[in-house]
Amino acid sequence: MRRAALAAVFVTAACASSARQAPAPQRAAGDSTAKSTANAGPGATSTPNADPFPSTYRPMPSRATVIRNVTILTAAGPAIHNGAILLRDGKIAAVGASVDAPADAVVIDGTGKYLTPGIIDVHSHVGAGASPDDQGANTNDVNEATNPSTPYVWVEHSVWPQDPQLPRVLAGGVTTIQVLPGSANLIGGRSAVLKVVPARSVQEMKFPGAKYGLKMACGENPKRVYAQRGPSTRMGNVAGYRSAWIQAEAYRRRWDKWNSGHQGDAPTRDLGLETLADVLRGNILVHNHCYRADEMMQMIDIAKEFGYKIRAFHHGVEAYKVADVLAREGISAAVWADWGAFKLEAADAVRGNMALIDNAGARTIVHSDDKSGIQRLNQEAAKGMAAGNAIGVAVSEDEAIKWLTINPAWALDLDSKIGSIENGKNADVVLWSGNPFSVYTRTEKIWIDGAMVFDRSDPSERWRTDFELGYVPAASTVGGNR
Amino acid sequence: MRTLMRSSLLGTALCLTTLAAPRADAQTIAITGGKVYTVSGAPIENGTVVIRDGKIVAVGANVAVPEGAQRIDATGKWVTPGLVNASTVLGLSEISAVTGTNDATARGRDNVAAAFQVADGLNPTSILLSPTRGDGITAVVIHPDDGLFAGQSAVFEIVDGSASDMIVKQSAAMVANLGNPRAVGASSRGEMLMHVREILDDARTYARRRADFERAQTRPFAASRLDLEALQPVLAGRLPLLVAVDKASDIEATLRIAKEYGVKVIINGGAEAWMVADKLAAAKVTVLTGAMDNIPRNFNSLGSRQENAALLRAAGVSVALIGNAGGGGETQFNVRNIRYEAGNAVAYGMTWDDALRAITLAPAEIFGVSDRFGSLQAGRDANVVVWSGDPFEFATRAEHVLVRGKEYRDVSRQDLLMQRYKKLPPDFERTP
Repeated sequence: MRRAALAAVFVTAACASSARQAPAPQRAAGDSTAKSTANAGPGATSTPNADPFPSTYRPMPSRATVIRNVTILTAAGPAIHNGAILLRDGKIAAVGASVDAPADAVVIDGTGKYLTPGIIDVHSHVGAGASPDDQGANTNDVNEATNPSTPYVWVEHSVWPQDPQLPRVLAGGVTTIQVLPGSANLIGGRSAVLKVVPARSVQEMKFPGAKYGLKMACGENPKRVYAQRGPSTRMGNVAGYRSAWIQAEAYRRRWDKWNSGHQGDAPTRDLGLETLADVLRGNILVHNHCYRADEMMQMIDIAKEFGYKIRAFHHGVEAYKVADVLAREGISAAVWADWGAFKLEAADAVRGNMALIDNAGARTIVHSDDKSGIQRLNQEAAKGMAAGNAIGVAVSEDEAIKWLTINPAWALDLDSKIGSIENGKNADVVLWSGNPFSVYTRTEKIWIDGAMVFDRSDPSERWRTDFELGYVPAASTVGGNR
Repeated sequence: MRTLMRSSLLGTALCLTTLAAPRADAQTIAITGGKVYTVSGAPIENGTVVIRDGKIVAVGANVAVPEGAQRIDATGKWVTPGLVNASTVLGLSEISAVTGTNDATARGRDNVAAAFQVADGLNPTSILLSPTRGDGITAVVIHPDDGLFAGQSAVFEIVDGSASDMIVKQSAAMVANLGNPRAVGASSRGEMLMHVREILDDARTYARRRADFERAQTRPFAASRLDLEALQPVLAGRLPLLVAVDKASDIEATLRIAKEYGVKVIINGGAEAWMVADKLAAAKVTVLTGAMDNIPRNFNSLGSRQENAALLRAAGVSVALIGNAGGGGETQFNVRNIRYEAGNAVAYGMTWDDALRAITLAPAEIFGVSDRFGSLQAGRDANVVVWSGDPFEFATRAEHVLVRGKEYRDVSRQDLLMQRYKKLPPDFERTP
């Protein structure tokens, strides 16, 4: 049993990267590209900016809601004690010491409770690495481990909306996730940014307007997986990234030239290079699995060589060693509170990592890479705070809440829409039974785009995936205990 | 150069640990003024714990502090027995992926390695010991992995010294994995149980016919001589069989085997144990389980829920809490996190007192070492922790950790790394 858990860590852990794309066309190709694509008719051609699997997400029905007498951790400034919030038409319409409640509003008393933005996990494999994962269940669709560079895969095509993990993720207060391909490959493919909502298709979960991400991976995993065919060394890894970017750069130039005048035949499409070229154009965000500090420094140089930005280092257990550089380069670090020692490149894990990154001025992000840990990201942040305090790097609750919300929102380039409690932002909020940094606290109610999507006090409306019906005892439905 | 620096760093770490650790054994220590959770009795406000020669000699509200005793002022603090994590590979696994640092498995024969004792591979210089102890865990149970009969578990206290200094019980349980037939050489549950019965039958027969066996006058047995010998204390009911199973019907099958052979069993994992809680209670079978898993990970654990431990307690089953979230090295790097498992158990319905018991006295009782530790009573090893507050809370720190009466102020390798990199860029010459 322990063995199985470890194996899972090797296969899925340490994946990292990707953000997801929005339907919006981008500056390099511009509107003309989008138009020409449309005019060309289906299947004729597409460009890196095409959106062949558009979001069909629709917010669930909502009512104007007021929550009063509640402690609000805003992630945008100091906590508001005994505050109030109005959610209306899917947005945060007002927040402060008090708000005017419309006559038709549902009013909830938050005495003794806390309200936070919905938690965002930038590193999940939920849906793609689904449960149950018995031998023969064939639910593990995380690693396309057939080639060290697979920028042509899009993880959304692996996501099973009936994965029973999904309602459990939501019950943990997580309202947005980035699902990533695994870390077997140097370049693993595109990510998917999803809202954690019941759906028939992944398209119904896709966060409208979110950019895609690209998953990249450093270190042990690729060289171990491809030991026989290569890369089999860390220098082989680096050669692999650079070769891919050289191709991507040439591809980008070919297409940009064609897009500018539409002279002659369009260049031949290459699914993988389309993704890489859009990274170079800045339209796709790089999420780079990288444990070791020295390898992060090399990845930063590679990014500079080819002119792209790394948005986040994931699993950066050694990020504390180069936190000053991360701050200077504007790269966030998505980390665990205390995972370590499962392989040598994770041997220097320290619990002060989150606090030390933050203290150096870089963005700390609490991530999970784990179907269980994703349900308790608030507890992971609490551990990180405590570890900081233990080494004299004080972290306030107002700061730690950012690790769970606005910082991951930034890593997905969604910080203008989600990640904080401010007027005009999406009404993705979580009502907690108490201080979210206490081990005893649980989520009580959760809203996404103003619609209540979880209510621990109301088992009758609890989300159960198709898989759970009949298989999973009703009593084991998440949040069943009151 | 790098190698040299690394080894000197480790050297420094070990030295610091050694220097900072023990005071003389024959010392009297009095922990005063704290709220003392004895676990074996009611909590004591403003209690005193007196320690002499590594043992607890007195606990109470009106206990005099012996003259000359070293005092630890615990005013406003919480005092508990040292915590116990009953599901670990601590000291058996240093870095999971580095093969040569792992000693929790035996090759065995046909998935049977009953004679294998993990205690023989215990690494007393594991760098994971000090951070574990630093968080108030003073004793652990270590288990063999893999196999139908995987081998024998052991119990040790986290003291400095050799493996033999540490080990409290060399053989504390026999481990059997009955949750996944295909992982133990069978194609179905029935075939796996057939193997189990065959081996136990052969062990019985072997015990009656040792002389014939030595003269090669028995039929072939399904296990080796060493393994058949190792199973004798199990058949005699002296050594518990720790059975890893999750599915309710597999737990019931385990109870049937236990009854057939007169074997004392402990359920390990038991994701669906809550479904058969009354049967477990009636059979007086104990359970090791956690409070952080609720995922139907496979078809054996479809009923997994976080209330499992609380429901078992409510039904009268003795429960030791173990990590069951499945990630993050909870049996190794994060053995220290067992106190958060207890906190989560409380969040999912267990009483606070039961949760503390489930990471102290309950595991000590289950593995037959409650005469040594697990509670704050006179005569027990002085494994005591003074906490800054509620030990289950993240913000709480273990301020004093005593094992066998020695206070340890561990500086772990993790601490050294943080000291080195707290200021950037680091000064490699002067830090830490």
